Amino acid sequence: MHVSTKRLASSRFAFPGASDKEIRILKRNALIDRAFERSTQAFALAVLLLLGAILVSLCVSSWDTLSAHAVDFLTGDRWAANMEMFGALPAIYGTLVTSLIAVAIAVPVSFGIAIFLTEKCPEILRRPLGITVELLAGIPSIIYGMWGVEMLAPFLNHIFPDLFPAGSGLATAGLVLAIMIIPFITAISRDVMLTVPPITRESAYGLGCTTWEVVRGVIFPTVRHGMMGGVVLGLGRALGETMAVTFVIGNNLFFHPTITGQGTSIAALIANQFPEADGAQRSALLALGLVLFLITFAVLATARYMLNRIERRAA
Amino acid sequence: MRHYTSALYRRRRFVNRCAMVLCLLAAFFGLAWLVLILGTLMVKGVSALSLDVFFERTRMRDGGLGNAILGSLILTSAATAIGTLVGVAAGTWLAEYGGKSRLARAVRFINDVLLSAPSIIIGLFVYAVLVLPMGHFSGWAGIAALTVIIVPVVIRSTEDMLNLVPTELREAASALGAHRWWVVSRVCYSGARAGIVTGILLGGARISGETAPLLFTSLNSNQWNFFDMQGEMPNLPMTLYQNMTINSFIPDLVNLAWTGAMILTLGILILNIVARFVSRQSH
Amino acid sequence: MLKTSCSALLAGVLALHGIQASAQETMTGAGATFPYPVYSQWADDYQDAKGIGLNYQAIGSGGGIKQITAKTVTFGASDAPLKKDELDEHGLMQWPMIMGGVVPVLNLPGTEKNSLKLDGETLADIYAGKITHWDDAAIADLNPDVDLPDTAITPVYRAEGSGTNFLFTHYLSQVNDEFADTIGEGKSVAWPAGVGAKANAGVAKQVAETEGAIGYVEFAYAKQNDLDHIRLRNHDGEYVEPSSDSFKAAAANADWSNAPGFYLVLTDQVGADSWPITGASFILMHKQVEDPAAAKRVLEFFDWAYANGGDAANELDYVPMPENVADQVRDSWGDIEGPQGESIWP
Repeated sequence: MHVSTKRLASSRFAFPGASDKEIRILKRNALIDRAFERSTQAFALAVLLLLGAILVSLCVSSWDTLSAHAVDFLTGDRWAANMEMFGALPAIYGTLVTSLIAVAIAVPVSFGIAIFLTEKCPEILRRPLGITVELLAGIPSIIYGMWGVEMLAPFLNHIFPDLFPAGSGLATAGLVLAIMIIPFITAISRDVMLTVPPITRESAYGLGCTTWEVVRGVIFPTVRHGMMGGVVLGLGRALGETMAVTFVIGNNLFFHPTITGQGTSIAALIANQFPEADGAQRSALLALGLVLFLITFAVLATARYMLNRIERRAA
Repeated sequence: MRHYTSALYRRRRFVNRCAMVLCLLAAFFGLAWLVLILGTLMVKGVSALSLDVFFERTRMRDGGLGNAILGSLILTSAATAIGTLVGVAAGTWLAEYGGKSRLARAVRFINDVLLSAPSIIIGLFVYAVLVLPMGHFSGWAGIAALTVIIVPVVIRSTEDMLNLVPTELREAASALGAHRWWVVSRVCYSGARAGIVTGILLGGARISGETAPLLFTSLNSNQWNFFDMQGEMPNLPMTLYQNMTINSFIPDLVNLAWTGAMILTLGILILNIVARFVSRQSH
Repeated sequence: MLKTSCSALLAGVLALHGIQASAQETMTGAGATFPYPVYSQWADDYQDAKGIGLNYQAIGSGGGIKQITAKTVTFGASDAPLKKDELDEHGLMQWPMIMGGVVPVLNLPGTEKNSLKLDGETLADIYAGKITHWDDAAIADLNPDVDLPDTAITPVYRAEGSGTNFLFTHYLSQVNDEFADTIGEGKSVAWPAGVGAKANAGVAKQVAETEGAIGYVEFAYAKQNDLDHIRLRNHDGEYVEPSSDSFKAAAANADWSNAPGFYLVLTDQVGADSWPITGASFILMHKQVEDPAAAKRVLEFFDWAYANGGDAANELDYVPMPENVADQVRDSWGDIEGPQGESIWP
């Protein structure tokens, strides 16, 4: 669409009647053009470098652990800094379990809210409710953590004393995470469901479908990938969450195959121990950070792939 | 009339009713928790609210949150300013020059990854590259961490918004003899301004509540810090965290933490609403 | 508009950065959480009295050592003292600032308050996950008069590294060899069972809310939450109540004048009245300081705290250092020198 201004400016033949001054202005603008493009490109490249820098710095600073005991690190079943035992298994297990619990609870609820918002909600409520959900997605995670430890944990302990003898645990953390990501997944699912063209929807209703049949047979198949992408983005959030989790996860550093019992997550372990850590412990914690980054990287790449498919379709 | 009473019809209607009731229940379930949280926040937050909260520094007795609020404002606005510069520039390149090139696709993908990278990892990264070499926690490190978090948000919204500017506008300007940089900075930006500002505001709202990246970067302080970026910078999220943990043996400080939580949430909600208002203006 | 507002913001930030309020004199320190309540109280009182503020960040003993070694703070604080050779290696000196006791607390409805007796051995087995119920024979043997319920035991411990952990595990390792081998002493320890809570206050709260829980906290937190505490058998075989008196009895054994570099851990001390888990918290400073004015400010603060901080310490159930130890410490400050080798104290 743009003809190269550089060539135009440098060629007298393009503007046979142009004065020297005009050509000088053209040349100067061509220079600004190139400077503008190059400088914005430099910033874009900086983003690329940033990811590289994060990976490199984490690798370098955790090299002692990775090079010396990579296998022990990934399979060790306890994290005892005083004995220089750094097993990441309890933290990895806790991270995955809490996130999966969160997603298992949040997905049906979020989809339910999204279906309600797009299909059933009275017109007057639709906008305010939608905005409320989006606003709630912006509440900082530390608030969820504070609420979890002050209200939810004692509540669970009170209602199910046998399952939650201390209130805190992996399941409690999973529940707090679920509450945290519900608005997030709801907002994405609703946006994705709204990309279904009204005409498709109306045709299905016209054939006599019930609302549920429209949702299941028309909307879900059309935006399957987009909704999955939203779910996986929510999962990514839950995996890396620190503040909502540390308060209520129970912080037990031994590997116990438990759901309601105490455990720890990668982010919680880093938050608890990093300020005090030195030497081997710090290196091991940074290695743990690298593991978390790689897990979330894989999850987010999947999510992006799925969301990109829906975006291409929408476009 | 037969098909209205047929078993199939009844079953379809039944399934539909069940599904819709479940959706309604889900909506109630989800919103109930959130109402509970906001309710707790308001009830517990209001109890310790007073003017002193805004003008006193944090201390063990009779303190406020003034220094923490000021510090949070400094950190957030500085990170937002730097993030705007970097993010708008990079987003411009992606939308206007990058197109579908391999480099642009790579940057876009990496940006999406960074957009939802765990914030504690960002904190570790800044600790490794800034705090360790400098030898101490500092406001600069906190700003760096928050900048890394806000930049992807701004890039994303800038690119999306510039893509919404119709190509015809660019072509019209070019046809009149405008140079590319002029087209971008005068035509495209003015078309996408509201959207970009919205993105920046939402990014600012997001980073103002981040705690994990500040744990190892700006740390916290109980003193007023008027722009001594070399020193530890007090901030609201860390103060909440400390008041709920090491300070939680003092009931007044726990109450103050709830008040701080309420102030923080209200601030973020207001930023969100302003952002929405700005984006509405453009339509 | 975007560009102008953005550059205005940047310019504003940079300009204000130039101003750099230096009117307020402050001291910086970082380290242990165990003495955090009393240091913070002293700091507030001192700021009211002298107008000089202290930013003490309770980032943990290890963090305090790290920060002072890196010279980013004027003083560091640690609950675990450094050995003489470690001090010399970094050109540091240390002294005890305050003492306190770690107290096992429990939540066991149905038993009389503060009646349960335990010895170190049994306590270690509970924390090692070997004793899982309150009516275990080992506990019953020590408490023939108490009707113990069959409630499950939930050990509560510190989630983060801490000096309280160090004192507690140091004591348990001394009295139970198996504990020393499998769990060991240290600031960050992996406990086989139970719940990790944040900070002393978190442990106290968790114990208060959990039936069957046992925990260990600095005494102030136990009293403040009105928690049921354990009577612990000390080195002489006597069951003692935790109190300022029993902490002082343990501290009285401490022979600071013969401890090179003030290295002394006060757990499992002899004496019929001694509380077995007593410890001092230490201050670390460089012998050769770069900023003599800042160092002098800090020393003046500690001098003031030794002289005037006793009431605040007692109120929070810490044990202030005896006057003679304080004088020894003041004498040792003579070793601190400025860049030109000049002595900065007094």
